[in-house]
Amino acid sequence: MSSPLLILVILGLTLVGFWLGRSGALRANGGKTRGLHSLPGYYGYYVALWCGVPALLIAAAWMVSQDALVSNLVLAALPADAAGGDPARMTLFMTDVRNLAEGNIVSRVVDPALQAAADHYVSLHQMASYALTAVVVAAAVAGLTYARRRIVPTLRARNAVETAVTGALMVASILAVLTTVGIILSLLFESLRFFHQVPLTDFLFGLHWSPQTALRADQAGSSGSFGAVPLFAGTLLITSIAMAVAAPIGLMSAIYMSEYAGRRTRGFLKPILEILAGIPTVVYGFFAALTIAPFVREMGEALGLTVASESALAAGVVMGIMIVPFVSSLSDDVMTAVPQAMRDGSFGLGATKSETIKKVIFPAALPGIVGALLLAVSRAIGETMIVVMAAGLAANLTANPFSAVTTVTVQVATLLVGDQEFDSPKTLATFALGLVLFMVTLCLNIVALRIVRRYREQYE
Amino acid sequence: MTDIAEKPDVAPPLASAARRAQVARRLKKRYAAEARFRFLGLLAVSVAIAFLVLLVGTQLIQGVPAFLASKLEISVTLDPAKIDPDGTGDPKVIGDANYRDLLLSALQTRFPEAQDRRQRRDLLGLVSTNATYDLRDMVLAEPALIGQTVTISVYTDDVVDLYRKGKIEVGDPDAKLSDFQVQALAQLEADGALYTTFNSALFVNSASREPESAGLLGAVVGSLLTLVVTLGIAFPLGVAAAVYLEEFAPKNRWTDLIEVNINNLAAVPSIVFGLLGLALFLNLFGMPRSAPLVGGLVLSLQALPIIIIAGRAAIKAVPPSIREAALGMGASRIQTVSHHILPLSMPGMLTGAILGMAHALGETAPLLMIGMVAFVADVPAGFTSPATVLPVQIYLWADFPERAFVDRTSAAILTLLVFLLLMNATAIYLRKKFERKW
Repeated sequence: MSSPLLILVILGLTLVGFWLGRSGALRANGGKTRGLHSLPGYYGYYVALWCGVPALLIAAAWMVSQDALVSNLVLAALPADAAGGDPARMTLFMTDVRNLAEGNIVSRVVDPALQAAADHYVSLHQMASYALTAVVVAAAVAGLTYARRRIVPTLRARNAVETAVTGALMVASILAVLTTVGIILSLLFESLRFFHQVPLTDFLFGLHWSPQTALRADQAGSSGSFGAVPLFAGTLLITSIAMAVAAPIGLMSAIYMSEYAGRRTRGFLKPILEILAGIPTVVYGFFAALTIAPFVREMGEALGLTVASESALAAGVVMGIMIVPFVSSLSDDVMTAVPQAMRDGSFGLGATKSETIKKVIFPAALPGIVGALLLAVSRAIGETMIVVMAAGLAANLTANPFSAVTTVTVQVATLLVGDQEFDSPKTLATFALGLVLFMVTLCLNIVALRIVRRYREQYE
Repeated sequence: MTDIAEKPDVAPPLASAARRAQVARRLKKRYAAEARFRFLGLLAVSVAIAFLVLLVGTQLIQGVPAFLASKLEISVTLDPAKIDPDGTGDPKVIGDANYRDLLLSALQTRFPEAQDRRQRRDLLGLVSTNATYDLRDMVLAEPALIGQTVTISVYTDDVVDLYRKGKIEVGDPDAKLSDFQVQALAQLEADGALYTTFNSALFVNSASREPESAGLLGAVVGSLLTLVVTLGIAFPLGVAAAVYLEEFAPKNRWTDLIEVNINNLAAVPSIVFGLLGLALFLNLFGMPRSAPLVGGLVLSLQALPIIIIAGRAAIKAVPPSIREAALGMGASRIQTVSHHILPLSMPGMLTGAILGMAHALGETAPLLMIGMVAFVADVPAGFTSPATVLPVQIYLWADFPERAFVDRTSAAILTLLVFLLLMNATAIYLRKKFERKW
C-alpha cells in the first residue's frame, strides 16, 4: 500500500475511534451526559489518540529506516567480490542498484550481480511495504480496541487527553532546542572528520586557502591547502565596510526618528526603512554586482586606483545598507524607551536637543545600541548571497577595500553546490567553516541579546 | 520666588556687555550645532530611503521592458513532402521532420535575395532557436495542418529583441547583427510583421537557456510547493510551542534555555540551516536532492523561531481577565487555551506566520546547499521532484552571460517583490482589521 493511502486509512480508523469512543461513553452511561466524568467528546478523543498516535509513530519510524535497512540487507546478501569491501564503492554500488530498480540511468554495465541485487532490492522493498501496512493497521486496531474497552463513565478521559496535548505542546517547544543540537552535532561530526585530515592549527592559522585538491601531481593552482585566515580576513573586511556604512546611517536615522520626527513621521519612516530588511538578499546581490560594482570601479579608475571588478567595497556598502534597519529599529526602540523625565531634566538645565541626545539619551541607551550593533555584525558575518554575487572567490589576504576578497559564507556556498561525495577535505572543510561561523554568530547573538534584554528591564 | 519674578532685569554683577555678547555667540554656535545634528539625522534617513528608491528604480527600469517581447509573424507552408512524405500520420515521423528547414524556406520566400549560406543562417538567426520546436509541437498537436500554409507568431532572437528596444546598437560587441539582418529587420518592421507584445513566455514557460523563451513558471510553482511544506510544518509547531511557552511552561532554567535558544535560532545565519539540511535530511535520512520537500523542511526550521516569537507576542496581548474568567467558570487550562486564547490571538499568529513565509520566500542560500540550483526545465510535478525556487532562479539568471538575461533577472526580481508585497500587505491588513484595544 502506498504511504499516503496508508496514512489516510489510519486517519479513517482514528475517526471511527473517535465516534466509537464518544458513543460508547454515552451508551455506558445510559445515553445521558450527566454522570460522565468528562464531556463525551473527550472519550472520543481518548480512543482516537490511542488509535492514531502509536500507529503513525510506527509508520514514521519505519519509513525513515526502511531504505537503510533494505540497503544493508542487499549488501549483506551480495557475493563477496561484487562490491569489494570498500565503503565508498559500496555506496556507489547501492546507488546503481537503486537507479536500476527505479528504472533510471545506471552508470555502469548491468552485469548479472547488479541485476540480481536490484531484483533483491525491489522484492525486499515490496515485502517491507506489505509488512508495514500489516503492522501499522494492527497497531491502530489494537490501540482502538484497548482504549474502547477501557471506557467506563468514571474514566478520567479529559485529564488523559489534556496530558497528551500538553505533552505534544512541550515536544513542539523542545524542537527549537533540538534544531540547535542538530546544527551543532551535524557541524561538529563533519568538522571532526575534516580535522582528521587537516590539523586544526593549519586550518585556523594557515595563510593560504586553495581548497581544490590536485588530481595529478603537476596540476597548477590546486595545492589543496586549507588555511582559513584569508577567509576570516575577507569576512572581517567586508563586515567592517558594512558596519562603517550601517552604524552611522542606522544610528542617525534612529536618533532622528525617536527624537526629532513627530509621531506620524516616525510611524511612516520606520516601516519604510524596514522594507530594506525585507528585500531578499539575492536582490541586493544582483544590485551590488550589476549596478554598484561597476560604479565603484569607474569611480576608482577616475581617481587613478586599480579596482577589481568584484571589489570588497561594493559588496560591503550594499550589505551595510541592508543592515541599516537592524541598527535603526532596535536603537530607535531603546532610545524611545529612555524615560521622558531624563529628557525633561536635561532641557530644564538649558541643554539643546542635540546636547540632550549626546550627553543624556545616548549614554543611557548605549547598552541597547551596542546590542543592536552586535546583532547587525552577526547578520553581516552570516550574510551569503550579496557576497557570493558581488565579492568573488579569490582568497586574497588583504585589507584593501578595492581588491577582491572572499568570505567564509562564499566558500561554504560555492564549495557545496552540486553533487559531491562526503569524503574529500574540500567538502568537509565547509562544515568546519560553518562551525566557525555558527560559533562566532552564536557568541555575538548571546551577548547582544543579553545586553538588550537587561537594558530593557532597567527602565520598565 | 516672587522677588525674582518681579525683577527680571536684575543682572548678575559681572554681566557686562562683552559677557552678554559672548553668551550670545556661544548660543548661536550651539544652535548651529543643533541644526547640523538635526540635518545629519535627516540626511541619514534620506540616504537610506534614496538607496531603497535607487534599488527598486533600477530594477523597474531594467525589468519592465522584459515584460514585453518582439514577435515575428511569418507564413509557413507545411509541405507534406518535407514533414510526412509517405502520409503515414505517425507522430514519430512527424516529430522527426526538419522544421528548421520549413522555417528557413518560409523566411526565404520573404527574402528571396538571401542566397548564400551565410545569409540564410542570418535569416534563421532572427527568430528564436526554440521556434522550430514550437512549430513541431503545433503540427504534432494538429496533424490536419500538414499541407496548409499557416501564419504563426514566433519570438524573435533575444539580440533582435534588444535591438528593437534600443538596448544595443549595431556596433556593440554584444550585438551579433549583420548588415543583412539589420536590413531584413527594417523591411519586416515596415511590413508590420514585426511587433511588440506582452512577453507571456516569462510566465508560462520554465527555465531555458534561450532568453526569449525563458520563463518563471517552474520556479514559481517550486516556490509555492516549498512554502506549502514550510507553512504546514512551521505553523502548527510554532503555534504549539508558543502556547506551551506562554501558558503551560513552568518558569525554570529549562524554559529559560528554550527561550534563549529560540531567540538565538532567529539570528543564526541562514547558510548554517542549509548545512544542517544537507547533513541531516540528505545525508542521514537519504531524502531526494533538489526537492521542495527538503527545501520546505529546511525553511520551516528557519521560520519556526520567527513564528514562535510572533505567536508569543500575540498570546501576551490577550488580557489576563479573559483567562481568569474562563478558569473561574470551570474550564480546564487546555479548554481556556483552545476556546479563548487561541481564537483571540490567531490574527496575530497569522500575521507572524505570513511574515515568516515572506522571509522564507526570499531565502536563497540554504536552498543552494541542498541542491535546489539544478537547471530544471520542467514544472515540478510534486514535493519530491526536482525543483528550483524564485530567488534561486534569480541567482541563476544573474550568472548567465546573455545581455537579455539581465532584463529578465530584473523582471524576475520584480515578480518576487510583488509576491512579497502582497504577503506583507495581507499581514498588515490582518493586523489592522483584527487589532483590538482591550
